[in-house]
Amino acid sequence: MYDFTYLKPSTLPEAVSLLSSDTEAKALAGGMTFIPVLKQRLARPTKLVDLAGLGLSGISVAGGKVRIAAMTTHMTVADSPDVQKAIPALAKLAGGIGDKEVRHRGTIGGSLANNDPSACYPSAVLALGATILTNKRIIAADDYFQGMFATALEPDELITAVEFPVPEKAAYMKFPNPASRYAIVGVFVAKFPTGARVAVTGAGQSGVFRHAAMEEALGKSFSPEAVGNVPTDAENLNSDIHASAEYRAHLIGVMARRAVAAAG
Amino acid sequence: MGFEGIGAAVRRKEDQRFLSGSGHYTDDINRHGQLYAYIRRSDRPHARIIAIDTKAAGAMPGVAAVYTGADMQADNVGGLPCGWQVKNKDGTPMAEPPHPVLAVGKVRHVGDPFAVVVAESRQAAKDAAEKIAVTWEDLPGTASIADALAPGAALVHDDVPGNLCYDWHIGDPAATDAAFAQAARVVKLDLTNNRLIPNAMEPRAAVGDYDRTTGEHTLYTTSQNPHVIRLLMGAFVLHIPESRLRVVAPDVGGGFGSKIYHYAEEAIVTWAAGKLGKPVKWTAERAESFLSDAHGRDHISSAEMALDAEGNFLALRVKTLANMGAYLSTFAPCIPTYLYATLLAGVYKTPVIYAEVKAVFTNTVPVDAYRGAGRPEATYLLERLADVIAHETGIDRVSLRQRNFIPADAFPYQTPVALQYDSGNYQATLDAALKAADWAGFRARRAAAQTKGKLRGIGISTYIEACGIAPSAVVGSLGARAGLYEVANIRVHPTGSVSVFTGAHSHGQGHETTFAQVVSDQLGVPFEQIEIVHGDTEKIPFGMGTYGSRSLAVGGSAMVKAMDKIIAKGKRIAAHLLEASVDDIEFKNGAFSVAGTDKVKTLAEISLAAYVPHNYPINELEPGLEETAFYDPKNFTFPAGCHVAEIEIDPDTGVITVVNFVAVDDVGRVINPMIVEGQVQGGVAQGIGQALLENAVYDGSAQLVTGSMMDYTMPRADDLPSISVGTETTLCTHNPLGVKGCGEVGAIGSPPAIINAVVDALSDYGVRHIDMPASPQKIWSIVRAGRSRAAA
Ligand SMILES: Cc1cc2nc3c(=O)[nH]c(=O)nc-3n(C[C@H](O)[C@H](O)[C@H](O)COP(=O)(O)OP(=O)(O)OC[C@H]3O[C@@H](n4cnc5c(N)ncnc54)[C@H](O)[C@@H]3O)c2cc1C
Repeated sequence: MYDFTYLKPSTLPEAVSLLSSDTEAKALAGGMTFIPVLKQRLARPTKLVDLAGLGLSGISVAGGKVRIAAMTTHMTVADSPDVQKAIPALAKLAGGIGDKEVRHRGTIGGSLANNDPSACYPSAVLALGATILTNKRIIAADDYFQGMFATALEPDELITAVEFPVPEKAAYMKFPNPASRYAIVGVFVAKFPTGARVAVTGAGQSGVFRHAAMEEALGKSFSPEAVGNVPTDAENLNSDIHASAEYRAHLIGVMARRAVAAAG
Repeated sequence: MGFEGIGAAVRRKEDQRFLSGSGHYTDDINRHGQLYAYIRRSDRPHARIIAIDTKAAGAMPGVAAVYTGADMQADNVGGLPCGWQVKNKDGTPMAEPPHPVLAVGKVRHVGDPFAVVVAESRQAAKDAAEKIAVTWEDLPGTASIADALAPGAALVHDDVPGNLCYDWHIGDPAATDAAFAQAARVVKLDLTNNRLIPNAMEPRAAVGDYDRTTGEHTLYTTSQNPHVIRLLMGAFVLHIPESRLRVVAPDVGGGFGSKIYHYAEEAIVTWAAGKLGKPVKWTAERAESFLSDAHGRDHISSAEMALDAEGNFLALRVKTLANMGAYLSTFAPCIPTYLYATLLAGVYKTPVIYAEVKAVFTNTVPVDAYRGAGRPEATYLLERLADVIAHETGIDRVSLRQRNFIPADAFPYQTPVALQYDSGNYQATLDAALKAADWAGFRARRAAAQTKGKLRGIGISTYIEACGIAPSAVVGSLGARAGLYEVANIRVHPTGSVSVFTGAHSHGQGHETTFAQVVSDQLGVPFEQIEIVHGDTEKIPFGMGTYGSRSLAVGGSAMVKAMDKIIAKGKRIAAHLLEASVDDIEFKNGAFSVAGTDKVKTLAEISLAAYVPHNYPINELEPGLEETAFYDPKNFTFPAGCHVAEIEIDPDTGVITVVNFVAVDDVGRVINPMIVEGQVQGGVAQGIGQALLENAVYDGSAQLVTGSMMDYTMPRADDLPSISVGTETTLCTHNPLGVKGCGEVGAIGSPPAIINAVVDALSDYGVRHIDMPASPQKIWSIVRAGRSRAAA
């Protein structure tokens, strides 16, 4: 990696001012994505602003919402009895990210800020209709994801927490890339009194997306049969050595059916 | 202490060190005043080097030197040598283009090194390397064998027409044609053997050191054979006499073949250390390992078997194209010839065989031996072909194999492709494997799986391999430029403890344990008083190292020979001390006695007498108790066995789960069953990796697509079943321990067992063959096609 200055501020305003005063300064959370990028010399920040001293971790459940602070690790979410009780699908998703080492370092804020098109969390945020809380504003999930590795965040905007509404039921099914174990296809389904939401990660050329046809089908009947035969257009899906767009389209159906079955 | 001799499942001595993080690997070696080398590698598959400008790089802070291929040439540095010359059909030698340490004139694959920066830190070297400016002229490149052979294809080496390294053959073409003409039936199969990237846990590393006062060079390197590296690098590349060149291979974290070869980086650090008068260190990053460690396999073959009406194999004809990569790695030419085509008889009595092998240059990382080396390719071809034959003739696949087995009473058995098998009992390993796998109960398990919506299949492979490489004169006549004996020096110390200096090298195999067991068994010395020393040319006599499952069969035999000399000398000392005739002295359980009396001297007493020769036959015998023996094997050894795999397919996703794996191997005498089990399990894991997961993918322009663990799928624990390992023993008839070798059997026998099981599971879907790796996507396509056919 190239040389940089390492800074570890202890308040959020301090962190924000470090980032806004230098466009080449970058935030560091768990470093599970960012450190490899630095090691491969694909980025050359002047400063790394470590967010670990800001007190941004923790989980609370109140008023039908689960609030997870940005620096909360995947392991903490997976092991949290509160999350397991309120949204078991979310705890399960977090427990299936990467390996143990990654789960102990990687954070929900880092994952969402990065918005890797094959990451797991984006599907939960979108399917559950969560809101992203930042130092500046509140962003609805539907407005947040803006394509591969692209989000609504401004350069000096930091995620502070994510608030998930508690659904009636939900489940996540991931078909992992055999090598990286990221999602080749991941489908998160959620049922609310107002209807069903379905978000697909890993497959889309512009990252996570909602599956309108499946949502409609599930809105009528929240059952595996209802969703199993809803086709997905392969047109805008990714294709790589592990999975063609067609195969991904097929897997979306299978994962959706299994997710609905798992949601019970 | 319980029994710790031959046959005991003694825990591995070395694991205390390895598991507590106290192993001492090459990257742990840091010399005073050490500099760091960073190598610039080509990111282009094929390009002419018009100019390299190193000025800006040389001016960067902390930089000691920047070198290019031209600098090395100007210093008279030679190219990396190839250790095996294969001949063409017409008797002419293969094409052997130069392999400069740093590329000169052209780069020929992504990863080809063309410059090196030596600096005070790794960081400084890397920063400076970015400043090296190169003017390239891109040339068309290809990774595909077929494209490289096509008329008009761009030449990887300007002086190698058609990119053809050699066009070789073995066997009797006329007799084969005649047998085909009389065949009741001919069954054909085209198949590929996928390219693999070895990925030892420890990346390669090298530290060069130079002592101005003595003129001695030292190279610490991640090698399976330090003496071979000293010979090749000293004699051909850097022109340093053996007496001034020490090569040390300390603890090495896995090799699988990829650390046999003499690599550019070893020569670079040794040479640069000499130039700069300072130690120079290089450690590969994982991405460099992908682009510079020799890859494995990469064959395209077509095979056809002539059969009589009863399913007896009459003749086998094989055509194979083998990818050599861009340069010839140290032993590359012999892998698809003498370690492959000579194995095409397998465990079968096929009377005539003819095989043709073309080796081809492409713009890819060089290909060389990888665990099994040639033998997995031969086994895969034969065992897939056997299943296709069974399928097409309607003969049961187990009966077909049994019918064609070389029977247990036919040994020694001369195959039509040069090898003579000394011993074996293929029926015994087959029976044991079928029983352990409950082959007979499979139907019920298949039916049970079906009720869960799963497709279950079972597959078998009966294989043989040749290892314990090899009789020097034989391999010499086949083109080897080295002898392949092994050496042991055994030093009995004055108080009776023992040091063994072996030319074999352990990089995970557990030699410190098994070798000590052999010595403990034969000399009666307690296991914990035996030290095994290896890996340092300054300590050990000239040995050939470890690969091809040869350590025990060849290195162990050298140890036995040396121990025989120790015992013979001890008897003479004992005869003197006990005042008896030498002929009356017996050696047993670590003690010399006069037959039929209670007069006894322990080995320790004899050894003390030898080192303190006060009362000693000094006029007839030299003092001391230390012997060296070189052992040149009389033949290869022939481990064989039967692997059975059972798999389940999720037809909705194409995902395959290996639900059971049974390996029953005949590895000759077992010294330590726990270590054999570990070796077989590791090999099977790699075999399952090849069959289901691993694949080196190059794109159309010869860029490596699977350049990291993000895309190259190494098998992980949760990809693997629990692997049941059994042994059935016939002894090797020509080495003193009766051992055959167990390092590669797992990787050789398992891939076809897996693919045979996958094809079996899909038997209702009209599939005849699936190329490795059997990825979920491939399986899903087959299922989908089958379902739409059924619907139509
Ligand atoms: C081996 C491995 C396997 C993995 N497998 C999976 C998987 O299966 N599924 C999956 O979803 N992910 C996977 N990941 C990614 C993992 O979840 C990462 O931890 C995550 O993507 C990034 O989180 P982080 O906390 O490490 O962020 P970092 O790497 O520290 O940061 C990532 C980016 O986000 C920015 N950032 C971080 N925090 C904030 C914030 N609060 N506000 C604004 N910007 C911020 C940083 O500036 C940086 O640009 C894997 C990673 C590895 C190394």
